[in-house]
This record gives sequence, C-alpha cells and structure tokens, in this order.
Amino acid sequence: MARNTLYNKVWDAHVVTQLPTGQFQLFIGLHLTHEVTTPQAFDMLKERNLDVAYRDRTVATVDHIIPTDNMARPYADPEAENMMAALEKNTRDFNVKFLNFDSGRQGIVHVIGPELGMVHPGMTVACGDSHTATHGAFGSIAFGIGTSQVGNVLASQCLSVDPLKVRRIEIDGELGPGVEPKDVTLYIIRQLGVQGGVGYAYEYAGKVFDDMTMEGRMTVCNMAIEGGARVGYCNPDQTTYDYLKGREYAPGDDVWDKAVEHWQSMASGPDAEYDDVVKFNGADIPPMVTWGVTPGQSVGVDEGLPDPSSFEGADSATAELAYKHMQFVPGQQMGSVNIDVAFIGSCTNGRLSDLRSAAEIARGKQVSDGVQAIVVPGSQQVKKQAEEEGLDKIFTEAGFEWRNAGCSMCLGMNTDKLVGDQISASTSNRNFVGRQGSPTGRTLLMSPAMVAAAAVTGKVTDVRDL
Amino acid sequence: MSENKVQTITGKAIAIHGNDIDTDRIIPARFLKALSFAELGQYPFNDERFDENGKPKDHPFNRASSEGAKLIFANSNFGCGSSREHAPQSLGRWGISGLVAVSFGEIFAGNCEMLGMPAAMATPEDIATLQETSDRNPLAEFTMDLNQMTVSCASESVSVPITIAEGRRMSLINGHWDSTGTLVANLDKAKSVYESLPYTSGYK
Ligand code: SF4
Repeated sequence: MARNTLYNKVWDAHVVTQLPTGQFQLFIGLHLTHEVTTPQAFDMLKERNLDVAYRDRTVATVDHIIPTDNMARPYADPEAENMMAALEKNTRDFNVKFLNFDSGRQGIVHVIGPELGMVHPGMTVACGDSHTATHGAFGSIAFGIGTSQVGNVLASQCLSVDPLKVRRIEIDGELGPGVEPKDVTLYIIRQLGVQGGVGYAYEYAGKVFDDMTMEGRMTVCNMAIEGGARVGYCNPDQTTYDYLKGREYAPGDDVWDKAVEHWQSMASGPDAEYDDVVKFNGADIPPMVTWGVTPGQSVGVDEGLPDPSSFEGADSATAELAYKHMQFVPGQQMGSVNIDVAFIGSCTNGRLSDLRSAAEIARGKQVSDGVQAIVVPGSQQVKKQAEEEGLDKIFTEAGFEWRNAGCSMCLGMNTDKLVGDQISASTSNRNFVGRQGSPTGRTLLMSPAMVAAAAVTGKVTDVRDL
Repeated sequence: MSENKVQTITGKAIAIHGNDIDTDRIIPARFLKALSFAELGQYPFNDERFDENGKPKDHPFNRASSEGAKLIFANSNFGCGSSREHAPQSLGRWGISGLVAVSFGEIFAGNCEMLGMPAAMATPEDIATLQETSDRNPLAEFTMDLNQMTVSCASESVSVPITIAEGRRMSLINGHWDSTGTLVANLDKAKSVYESLPYTSGYK
C-alpha cells in the first residue's frame, strides 16, 4: 500500500466515512459540469426531490455539442439546441453558476477550471467526463465519473469510491528538440499499455515534469485515462503556484502564503512509498504518432509500423483490427501517410502554449492543397489571448480556419466531423474507431507542432525535419 | 429495498471478442445528444451492427439467437475510454444484466455498478471457455451467481470462478447499489469534512 503520497494525503483529508459496502464516501471539492452528462442527473434530483448540496463547489459550462463556427441560436442541430436549453434551464432552476458565452469564460471544462484558478493543489475534483484527470496537473485528485455519479455529487457533493494504488512514473533526463508533452504522454501509454494503469493513480515525477509548464503537465495528466489510470497527478511546486497566482478564483494576496504552505504540505513526502515505480529517460522519447485505434498503438514518427504478430495474445488481434480499419500495412513508415484534415484543439492540446507551438510551425507557410485545417481554441479566454498575440493571423494567413471555443472535432458531436475514411492529424486524445464522427474515419494523434507540420506538408512529417 | 438485490442472473450470453472495446464503439457520441437514456436500448454497437445505409451487418447483437440474452462475455479492458454512462445504459436497456470480462475500463465498471449491473472478472482462460461455450451453443443458459462467485452453464458442464471488488459485490447482493440515498444520509458528516478543508473557507 502506498503511504504518504499526495494521493494518500488528499484521500485522508476528504474521506467522509466508510460505507457499509466497504467503499468510502469521499467529499468532492470542485464539481465541474457540462451539457452532455448532466440532463439525466438533474432529472434524478427532480424525481427524488433533492437539491444541489454545495452550490459554491459546483460550476457549469458548455463545450461538447456547440457549433464552433455559426453560433447563432437556435442551433442548426435541434438536438444540440435542446441540450443547451436543458443546461440553461437546469442551472437556472438549481441556481448553479453557469459560465456561458456572455461570461467570456466559456470553454472546454478541463481548460476553464484551471485557467480560472478554480483547481488547487490538495483538492478533489469530479466531472462527468473521463478527461477530468487533467486537473491532477495541479496536485489535485480528479475523477471522471458517469451521469448517475454526477447526480450523487450534485445531491451530496460526495462519491462512493474504492481506493486506488499509486504508481510513480519517473522521467529524468532532457526531452529532445521537437518533443512535446503530448509525445511524453503517448510514449508512457505505449510503454505501459492502455490497460497498464487500471487500478492505479499515476504520479508523474522526475526532471522532465519538474521542467514542464503547467499546460504541459495538463496535457500529460489529461491522457492518464488513456493509459487506463483513473487519476494522474503531478506534485505541486513553484511552477504550480506561479501559474495560480492572480487568477480569478485563486487565493488573494492576504491568504496567499497560508495557501501555499497548505499546498506544499500536500505534496508526496520524501519518505513516500508507492505500490509501483517505473522509470524512463526523457532523451529516449521521439515525436510520436498513433497508427491504430487505441492511444497505445503509436510509434516514433521515424519508426516503421509493427508486425501484429509481435504483440501477445488478444493484443495481436487488436493490432490486426487496427490495420484493417486504418488501411495501413506493417513495416510502412508513417511519413508516407497523406492526411485530409488537421485538427488543433481539445482539452489535451487546446491551450495557449499549444496554439503557440502550432503557429510557430505554420508561420509563413500554407496549408497543403486538399487539406482542411481547423484551429479550435480550448476556451474563450485562450481565443482572446491568442488573438492578442496575433496567432489567429498566423493561422488564417496560412489557410487554417480559426474557430470559437469548444470540443469540436475531438468527438464530432457538433458539425465538425470526418467524412468517410478521411485521415485526420489531430491533437486530441482518442483515435477510437468512429471517434471523430465518421464510422470509417481515421485519426492520427500527435502533438500540436506535428499536426501543424502535417497540415502544411499534407502528410505526416517529422517536425524535426522542418 | 429487496427488489434492488442483484444476486443471480440467468440467461443466454453473448461473446464480444477483442481487447480494448471502447465506449465510443459501444455507443457512438452522436447518441449522447438525447436528453434521456430511454431510447438507448436500440443502439449498442450501432456502427458495428449497421452499415451507413442502416443495413444490418454480422454482429453478435444482430443474431436471432442473441435475442433476450442477459450476459456479455468480453476480453480485457472492456468499456475503456469515455465516462459516458450511456454505454452501460444502452447495454442494459437492450437487455443485458451482467458482464464478465478479463478486465474493465474503471469508469465503465463504476457506471455499471451504479445501474445495478455486475461487471465481474475472470481469468483469460476462463473467459475463453465461456466465450467458446456461448459461441458454440448460443442458446445455452448461463447463471452468474454473486453469492457463489461463479458463472456456470449446467447443460454444458461449465463453471468458472469470477471476482468483483468486495464493496461492489456487497452493494449488489444487498441491493444498496443505488448509492444516492446512502450518500445523502451522511450529509452531516460531509459537512464537517467540508468545513475542515482549507480551500472551502478561502484559506482564512
Ligand atoms: S475536448 Fe474531447 S476529450 Fe476533452 S472534454 Fe471535449 S470531447 Fe472530451
């Protein structure tokens, strides 16, 4: 059993009681909600005559279904319009804070929580969305949950949970040129497998993470779930505190030192014990690209595709399925693959530093003929800041579309979808069959710089060669 | 609430072969736009069961023999990916009452529990036996027993042990899986935790 890790400390501070089933009732410090996973939960409250227990710990926004081009109401898609109307009504009826468009703070739920300074070290966070793990970048323990559990958190601000084991993933050394946090997280998933994290919280540690920005840490923690871990986190440090300082919901100057002292006390101690420790070297991580239908099916961009028989048991069947869906062949180089769509955005890579990194590559170049390239900022604030820096100009002059904030083509619940078996280079987090809105569509996950490089060359390109 | 007790489930079983069957495959995102779960029973594995023109493809869920099946036998990491409760909801509303797999995506397994659907585990070898048995005889009746912790099929002389987190097993067999009431009953205790947390009072 792990001891004295951040996970253990946060757990101990938030346990309400042990339930008769043996599970634990855990208090949730911040509940983030959005339109897709709440309507049935609010209905449950109404049916059972329950109220929202802690409004001050609950906030809503809208991200999954909204169009990112023509935002005029009613939305062209009646189902999207209904979902939006339901959220408007539910947040009004239950008096829950709703960061809608006119607040200037709307955006992907995992982008706005951090940028508004709502997520603090030592907190528990829950959201009806699997990428809630993102918030672990701040040293919080953040659970993705389903709709019935959203109902539980609304009604009680608590979840019933089993404890997790803790695995420390330590990456020392230096990342090479052109290697981004996205590559780090894809590399970890490739090494440990998409199921490797089942039953674990992942603690990301070592020089690579010490040197990483908060936005980079968010990218890595975001995809903990893709490695099977329910929760991923980094210990809080000066980088964390500097990021939080001055943000809207961060502690003010009068209590700042006290807050930092508390945050520091929540970090894993020098005597922390783990259920497992794995170590990698940052210098071994190349720019990565996925070739298959799980985020674990990836290669370094200059590596040939693996032979299905090199995988064990059922994984070799998964690889065969992937080859069939992707229409690729073993041994092929990803560098030969032409793309149809480039998507820059999502809760993994829709933040300012991601847009900067993509713009750096796109500057002064042109999107390749026949490629549709779209940039979807993660939030209204990211969009505004990017425009202040002139990133929108760089993108539009290069032939990218510059959109409004939302999830967009990460999951194709709005009108941004792949068509037929189009191939997309995407900064999102899932390459599952059908994920980007077309049952036969094909997704290649990569970093923002790599997607920008693919957009301007028309094919998968090693960003180090540009 | 004895009617909530989930102890044994008896019925035909469907083998779903393959690792890492994600929730996007179980229920594609476009079906998440419904404001209620009521209709979801029509759509599990939709894009694998029907082509673009709605013509049925060969899929275990489309076979006549699968009609009325109550159990799913799956391989590892079944239900990985998104937190959408729509995935177990669609399976449950189609008629599935319990699942046995080598392993599950964790949020998926938690969602199953919230719906009173046991998601139990068995070894890869035992899963292979179960899948092979139901593939060979799709009409065979299996019983998942949460007291004995077995899945068995008397007519085929098959019985394998299953595991499930003890807390989950207890909440299912005692009918406490609908946890909202339990959590709300402890609101007083939750309040003292709330008050003890430095951040809820602004670190004052
Ligand atoms: S950007 Fe994608 S992964 Fe993130 S919350 Fe939206 S749909 Fe989910």
